Amino acid sequence: MKVTVCIGSSCHLKGSRQVVEALQRNIADHGLADTVELGGTFCMGKCQQGVCVSVDDDFFSVSPDTVDDFFKNTILARA
Amino acid sequence: MRKFDTKVQYLKYKVLREVARQAWKDTLFENLLDIPKIIVPGNTPTMRCCVYKERAILAERVKLAMGGDKDNPNVIQVIEIACDECPVGGFEVTNACRGCLAHRCEDVCRFGAISFDENHVAHIDKSKCKECGACSKVCPYTAIVSRKRPCQNACKIKAISMNENKAASIDNGKCISCGACVYQCPFGAIMDKSYILNVIDLLKKSLENKDIKLYAVVAPSISSQFTYAKLGQVVTGLKKLGFHTVVEAALGADMVAQAESKELAEKGFLTSSCCPAFVDYINKAFPELVPYVSHNLSPMATIAKYIKDTTKNAKVVFIGPCTAKKAEVQKDAVKPYVDAALTFEELQALFDSRDLDITTLEDGVLDNASYFGRIFARCGGLSDAVAQGLKEHGITDFELKPCSCDGIEACRVALLKKSKNLLDANFIEGMACIGGCIGGAGCLTHGEKNKAEVDKYGREALEKTISDAVSVLK
Repeated sequence: MKVTVCIGSSCHLKGSRQVVEALQRNIADHGLADTVELGGTFCMGKCQQGVCVSVDDDFFSVSPDTVDDFFKNTILARA
Repeated sequence: MRKFDTKVQYLKYKVLREVARQAWKDTLFENLLDIPKIIVPGNTPTMRCCVYKERAILAERVKLAMGGDKDNPNVIQVIEIACDECPVGGFEVTNACRGCLAHRCEDVCRFGAISFDENHVAHIDKSKCKECGACSKVCPYTAIVSRKRPCQNACKIKAISMNENKAASIDNGKCISCGACVYQCPFGAIMDKSYILNVIDLLKKSLENKDIKLYAVVAPSISSQFTYAKLGQVVTGLKKLGFHTVVEAALGADMVAQAESKELAEKGFLTSSCCPAFVDYINKAFPELVPYVSHNLSPMATIAKYIKDTTKNAKVVFIGPCTAKKAEVQKDAVKPYVDAALTFEELQALFDSRDLDITTLEDGVLDNASYFGRIFARCGGLSDAVAQGLKEHGITDFELKPCSCDGIEACRVALLKKSKNLLDANFIEGMACIGGCIGGAGCLTHGEKNKAEVDKYGREALEKTISDAVSVLK
């Protein structure tokens, strides 16, 4: 599964670093390092909805407050 | 509203803007020969002896705006017919010499080059004079002046001489493409080749094909440029031109600072690799020191590589103050990552070719890098960032002794000392331009406040440490 977090300026200001760190932590905690490929990209063109995250080809809007739920409900569910 | 330092820059800009306008309309080739007349209409000359010469020179500027002489590998090129053949006499005694009794000029001259005629007026023996300028400094009447050409004066590495036509000639074996002569020639007779057409071509392709994503990587020195608008408006302007998004080269600088501090601690001595003119200078003038050059790509190439590694169909245009970057992007190690390099001057022409008044645009955001990545734009910033990198790595058994070189003359002194094992430093930060990148030849304006602007921009970064800025990239 490929999870891509937008690290462009707009998402960065909305907390993409915190989102990346939370995802890294969760992936490690659940031993998913081999299943989930976490990557970054600059700008997904949906700056209003940042922090933009894509899981394979599906788009999600995540924030530092919702990232743990997002991991549980989306990534864990698909893993 | 002052957009440029000099009228020469303004003239160059007008040519670039017109070439760009025609290129956008796909009419460049049919109107190519008319461009000089569009810029200089009528029959009254405004710059030279006649409109025909003005137009002939403009035709040469048009060629440079379209990439210049393909047979000349240097990105810096002389427009021979624009060269005014300035005097080349070096230091000369003018008629301000009063034939005084003190003879300070004679006393200070270490080469015995000064003598006096029957009226007690000083004369310089050209066969003995070493052009040191000491006599000129001590004359109480400032009667001794330097008649050196401005281009030769600007070129501290002595790559410019006169050819048989008395026009300036660049020795490509020495030239590092820093652009100092481009900025200093009062006749605009030396210019950097422009790749603005390649950029327009990339913009058109990305506008037509949504699969191609065109990234603008901007140098941190932009914080001292486009001061008539806000930086956020420049970002919006770039997106209006057709760039997918804008990324700070300073994030590449953060990555470099992290890697370079580690490399330095391992190797014990390094010279920086950020400034392409400095690296080129080592290659050409101090080949024996090449092994000490940091193996890191420049910040521009580092971030561009990241973008291309993570994004399919990405294209990257670097926008900065630097003419030497135009040469760097042609190097085999960099070519795969950066598709074209543009100067701030050229970006202004690009905006205006689309009649984009950036002051009317909404404010965009630009925030990828840390304070330390951003201050690379001014001399001393790189050393500060490497010190911070060592600290963040927890490396305590290595004491950083940086030598920050402000301008290529200072670089030369440090490299010379190093080559003789006399340098009391373990890191040479080499910046070919005075002040660092903010002194670059491709800047719109150069000013006293530029360093303060860079520091202010640095402090505005969301991320305060290098590790935090690069943590999102892993």
